[in-house]
Amino acid sequence: MNIALLTSEIAIVLLAVLLICFDLLLPRQEARRSLGYLAVCGILGVLLYTFTQYGTAGTVYRDFFVVDSLALFFKQVFLLATLLTILFSFDYVEKFTESSGEFYALLLFALLGMMIMASAHDLLTVFIGLEIMAVVFYVLVGFDMAKIKSSEAGIKYLILGSASSAVLLYGISWIYGFTGSLLFKEIAANMAASPAILMGLGLITVGFCFKLSIVPFHMWAPDVYEGAPTPITALLAMGSKAAAFAVLMRVFLVAFAGLKLYWAPVLSVLAALSMIVGIVVAIWQTGIKRMLAYSSVAQAGYILSGLLAANAAGVKGMLFYIVLYMIATVGAFAVVVAVEEHSGSDAIEAFSGLSHKSPLLALTMTLSLISMAGIPPLAGFAGKLYLFMAIAGQGYLWLVILGFVMSMISVYYYILVVKAMYSRKTGDERRLHVSGSLRLVAMVSMFATLFIGIYPEPLAELANAAARVLW
Amino acid sequence: MAGFPLLTAILLIPVAGIVLLACLPRSADKAVKLMSAAIMTAVLGLTLYAYWAYDVGLGGVQFVEQISWIRELGVSYALGVDGISLPLLLLTVLVGFSTIFVSWNVSDRPKEFFIHLLLLIVGAIGTFISRDLFIFLLFYELGIVPSYLMVLGWGSDKRVSREYAGMKLTIYLLLGSAFMLAGVVSLYLFALPDGLRTFNMEALAQAAGNLSDPVQVVIFFLLLLGFGSTLSMWPFYSWAPDGYAAAPTGVSMLHAAVLKKVGAYGLIRLGLLVLPAGVAFWAPFIALFAVVNILYAAFVAIAQKDLKYVMAYSSISHIGYILLGFAALNLISIDGAVANMVAHGLMSALFFAMIGLVDDKTKTRYIPDLGGLAHQMPRIAAGFMLAGMSSLGLPGLIGFVPEFTIFVGAFRAYPGYTLLAISGIVFTALYILRILANVLFGPRRAEFDQCRDAAGVELVPLLVLGSVLILFGVFPQMLMGMVNSGMEPALALVVQHLQAAPALLGGVF
Repeated sequence: MNIALLTSEIAIVLLAVLLICFDLLLPRQEARRSLGYLAVCGILGVLLYTFTQYGTAGTVYRDFFVVDSLALFFKQVFLLATLLTILFSFDYVEKFTESSGEFYALLLFALLGMMIMASAHDLLTVFIGLEIMAVVFYVLVGFDMAKIKSSEAGIKYLILGSASSAVLLYGISWIYGFTGSLLFKEIAANMAASPAILMGLGLITVGFCFKLSIVPFHMWAPDVYEGAPTPITALLAMGSKAAAFAVLMRVFLVAFAGLKLYWAPVLSVLAALSMIVGIVVAIWQTGIKRMLAYSSVAQAGYILSGLLAANAAGVKGMLFYIVLYMIATVGAFAVVVAVEEHSGSDAIEAFSGLSHKSPLLALTMTLSLISMAGIPPLAGFAGKLYLFMAIAGQGYLWLVILGFVMSMISVYYYILVVKAMYSRKTGDERRLHVSGSLRLVAMVSMFATLFIGIYPEPLAELANAAARVLW
Repeated sequence: MAGFPLLTAILLIPVAGIVLLACLPRSADKAVKLMSAAIMTAVLGLTLYAYWAYDVGLGGVQFVEQISWIRELGVSYALGVDGISLPLLLLTVLVGFSTIFVSWNVSDRPKEFFIHLLLLIVGAIGTFISRDLFIFLLFYELGIVPSYLMVLGWGSDKRVSREYAGMKLTIYLLLGSAFMLAGVVSLYLFALPDGLRTFNMEALAQAAGNLSDPVQVVIFFLLLLGFGSTLSMWPFYSWAPDGYAAAPTGVSMLHAAVLKKVGAYGLIRLGLLVLPAGVAFWAPFIALFAVVNILYAAFVAIAQKDLKYVMAYSSISHIGYILLGFAALNLISIDGAVANMVAHGLMSALFFAMIGLVDDKTKTRYIPDLGGLAHQMPRIAAGFMLAGMSSLGLPGLIGFVPEFTIFVGAFRAYPGYTLLAISGIVFTALYILRILANVLFGPRRAEFDQCRDAAGVELVPLLVLGSVLILFGVFPQMLMGMVNSGMEPALALVVQHLQAAPALLGGVF
């Protein structure tokens, strides 16, 4: 057993414990921002360390836990997402929650769950990672005690999340019962298309689709997104979804690769439904968080479609898309945080005249949204192109056409926000305070969106290298 | 200057300029304008050099640059111009140069305005000089969002609200580009087997023989929808009048003069030269649409009372001539179509610039409110006359030779349609002469006595565009010869292909 492979996970646990201790030692009246800085430094260190791990592939404890370039790719995504989330949430957390000290420690535990999921190589590890992440998120979603909506969202997420975990666990037990193993490779070896196994696969699919907010298992997402503290919404949209995709890739493409005949039609329909419902319903939203929630339902549909290709090109498309979606989401939510703090509202109307108050934020939001819509020359375009080409190559032309049409419709509601920001001055002429760290996040997101859009090759190669691990 | 990356310089100078402008403080109004002017002057100088240095005798694609970019997709940063794209590049830069001076009086956040304007110009330049479809699309879309923001931020609300017009324009153009993208991606996927795939235009043109006729028909249909809405081909034109009317003058100029031509250019470059069988199938329909464009839009233009709407419909009508020349599918008519793209671009840009000046000075564009402006503003009147006469196709100005050539070529293929199209000239004369008479001439109106004539930098668009209108009018060979040197060799391949595989529908109409 090679404990060294677990270094980054262990470091994150230690960092979280350290934060809790510091929180206890600091005097009550002192601001907790220093803890945030500590967390940022720690995560940055781990992020840099993960680069040294490339090439040292191996497994820990009887193949339960694997470190390969796919796992590393995802871990880096999670680390980066958490890092950026913490950076833009300093002011928000201090203003809106009393216990900002725990906030950072909890974020780190959620990060830990995601990292375990990225490396999970058997169903039980998947479940453990998932639950670590989910339980922390239940707490974090309801973290803003002063807001009734936050508590409501927390409860809603807890109940529905637990139910879906139960379904997932039930599915896992069926698979264990009929293949005699939890390890992906052994499941694949003992695979036969018996009704019992299909039943287990079906239950597992439902469990994951809930976490991914795939239609028709998406009902929780808008309410939870809306109620949760905004930085948590951001991390939910980026991190928890990406983690579920990390697992999904290994489960479907390694453990259940032999059953593609059965799961591919189901997933293609689910992906199509997600695109349609997510985009059509998003048009009617008046709150930006609900709008982004529905848009993330649609985005999950796009990413899910990459799985249908069941080859390296498809997985590469998914990885690429996950990264660019994370970057765009970080940018968008950083702006939402700033505007919400300024106006106390997350209605799209609150964005009117933003370009006059802060051109930087307005530009960041515009680029993020347009990238999500998939308009060149931004990153989203390259992402959609990779995804669609991969699945077109496997004969899913109808899905490609649907995706094209839907992404063009999505332009409409994304551009409504842009319109609000760039038109009409409102009576509210107070200058918007933008903290340095938030400004940094906005700039990072903006430049990354542009850079990946104009020169996608480096990221594509990285994703390609990670994707080849599965074959 | 061998080895000097001329086209990259033409592309990168404005990009660098945008970065520089972004670094200037918000209050540096004058510096922003001077810097933009300097940037476009440099670009204009380089473009004129390119026009001069292009070897017409040699023909083909010149000033080639190529760097592999996204290897696994077969995308490369490939630039180059031939006799088709070089005149359009010149048009873009001339109009772009003029828009800087037209926008000289923008006082509301000039920094952002000029950054957006330059982005739009970069997008247009990039589309004409790229030889790679992928970057062609990137550049094409680069302009859409800035246009939207400029309509929103600096547009006018005279007949329709700018929010409405901007949204309409954006949605039409984006939907169009989605079809374009679908066409391009299917072309990419079907033309060459996996591993050899490329977005290079010439390579795709070579590989077009691999595509069966039905596939070409479908792909060209997608492209036609896409480029057709950019081009404001009937029935996808309705965004253009509202969009032009609500946009600030510079944006109207760029859209009417340049971005529309991207649609026509795409149809020729991607349609005609890559998918000849697809073009042959759809050509009769395009010819029909062209006639509808010419006559219908001219009729509507006659009834308009807002100067910008007159010009918007007039430009939709003129697009019909270009489409007709394209649909006739012979060398003469297509030469005429390309030359007419340049001619119409220069002329409509001049028209919009003059309308912008009139609007600035009199605060109205409503024709019944205007009259006798030649008394107070002789220079603006001269600009109107030049543009108007060129639009009528007066010999000696740029409009005549291209239009004549189109008719000569088109008559061979569609005599009936061509006769109808020629009758469109009468309607053009009607609305052009009507606005000239009602706006410029007639009794002196006292309320405009305070309005000053164009002076200083305001004259730059008039001088630049006007002198080119006359230059190309007097020496049409400077334009036609260039176009022909690009079209002739390219079309030879296509004609061969068309003769080998007779069109499916070509003879029906």
